[in-house]
Amino acid sequence: MNFIKLLESLSDKEALTKKGSRRDTFLQMKGFGKNVALASIPFGLAATSSKARAATASMAAAAFQASPIDVLNFALTLEYLEKEFYQLGLESGVIDDKDMIVFETISKHEDAHVEFLLGALKDQAVAKPTFDFTGGPGGLSLDPFNDYPTFMALAQGFEDTGVRAYKGQAGALAVDNDLLDYALQIHSVEARHASQVRRMRMEKGWITQNTNTLPSDFAPIYAGEENTIQGGVDLKGLFDDFGGADAVTAAFDEPLTMEEVLTIGGFFIVPAE
Amino acid sequence: MKSNEIKDDALEPRNGRDRRKFLKLSGMALVGGGLLLSCSNDDDMGVVNPDPEDPDPVDPDPDAVFDLGAGNLGILNYAYALEQLEAAFYLEVLKGSYYVGASAEEKQILLDVTNHEVIHRDFFKTAITAAVKPEQVLPDLEFDFSAGPNAVDFSSRDSVLKTSVALEDTGVRAYNGAGKLIDVSDDAGKVYLGLAGKIVSVEARHASAFRDLLKPGSADFAGDDVLIGLGGTAPAFDKAALPGEILKEVIALGFLKTAFTANNLPTE
Repeated sequence: MNFIKLLESLSDKEALTKKGSRRDTFLQMKGFGKNVALASIPFGLAATSSKARAATASMAAAAFQASPIDVLNFALTLEYLEKEFYQLGLESGVIDDKDMIVFETISKHEDAHVEFLLGALKDQAVAKPTFDFTGGPGGLSLDPFNDYPTFMALAQGFEDTGVRAYKGQAGALAVDNDLLDYALQIHSVEARHASQVRRMRMEKGWITQNTNTLPSDFAPIYAGEENTIQGGVDLKGLFDDFGGADAVTAAFDEPLTMEEVLTIGGFFIVPAE
Repeated sequence: MKSNEIKDDALEPRNGRDRRKFLKLSGMALVGGGLLLSCSNDDDMGVVNPDPEDPDPVDPDPDAVFDLGAGNLGILNYAYALEQLEAAFYLEVLKGSYYVGASAEEKQILLDVTNHEVIHRDFFKTAITAAVKPEQVLPDLEFDFSAGPNAVDFSSRDSVLKTSVALEDTGVRAYNGAGKLIDVSDDAGKVYLGLAGKIVSVEARHASAFRDLLKPGSADFAGDDVLIGLGGTAPAFDKAALPGEILKEVIALGFLKTAFTANNLPTE
């Protein structure tokens, strides 16, 4: 699979401008009043503090390379995906009655995340891609809106991916205190969602090694979670009385790069023309 | 926020007020930080006196009271203090009769969370010890969960799980608020920010699980009581709190028995 196109679209300023008009339509549908409220968010996308300058000067590390606009559009793409997934799930009738409150809650949160990011990005927001939740673009033929276990499995996969995706961008947002705050505030909510859905699927709320009960096609969602080296120290053999290496891997969630996330997302994103 | 001299006169009554506010939040509801927030605009942190009703700190000699320090060291010591609190609490839980008689699922969750918090605690100790002089590492803190208005009944499922929720939700707000205080201008700082991100989501996973145990199948795993809206949206974002606010709440819990100061933490 090649999802370079999507990556390119995230940094193609001309495309961003062009697609902006579609976003405007979307926002207008949601009501002008909210637009005004969102427009007043004190975003400082231009780095001005001394801390920001220092951070900018040392952006050698890969995780610190993307611009805040790119990162927010990357986040918006993920939130578009989650929002549409839960919306379609709720409309389809696939969700068990006993789980409705949980998925209504998650859906409401993803709606708010999209709304917030659109308000932050204004006319620099990317347009919503076309999603295919059968996994067709990745060569799969899933049926999440008729098969509840599949819906639940994808929900878990999207939430755990979301946690890792935001985590991977913290460094790139460190140039701006407000943006870093906002991203972290979304990041931990995704983790709350992930824990809940995992437990509903009889997994633990946390990720042990890179094990999971998703179809093997989705192994990239958990790749690297088996890491036991933190801050340069290998913790693997240090906690034999406290759950050993399994607990060490569960005690730290690991980031994914933008490209790794887009590879996962690419299973469900119809490539742009 | 600004660094301050120790100001017992100013701090003592404020802590007393916070504590009373806290008590109004029905028992263990540290999660309802809004009330505390609204009356704590004053950001100076001053001395963390474990007993706000005692006008004299445990040790009146300022040289004997540990200060968390400045810059990234201060943030690491701050995180280490919170992880010490969590680990100490869960280690007590495992000795209590609720845990002994709990369901297999609840036992597994509490055992896992205990392990994670011990790992976080010892990891910070190792990381800080490797980076600075021994006297700059926060000492082992003492806690007493059995006394005071928020005393934990370790035989009570409700008491243990509500305290667990309060501690985990506090951890989430604390790490969320500390991220921006980390100086990422060198490679070590980048690693620290990365570590905060790796830990905070695990705290959020814990909080979600404990909240669901208290009210299974409800919206509480990410409830409106703990979330806020941003820019006019519905509640869908965790809070982020600065160390001053978090430490005041920790003091108000009444569990912390070792005094330390937080006079030099970064504020932006």
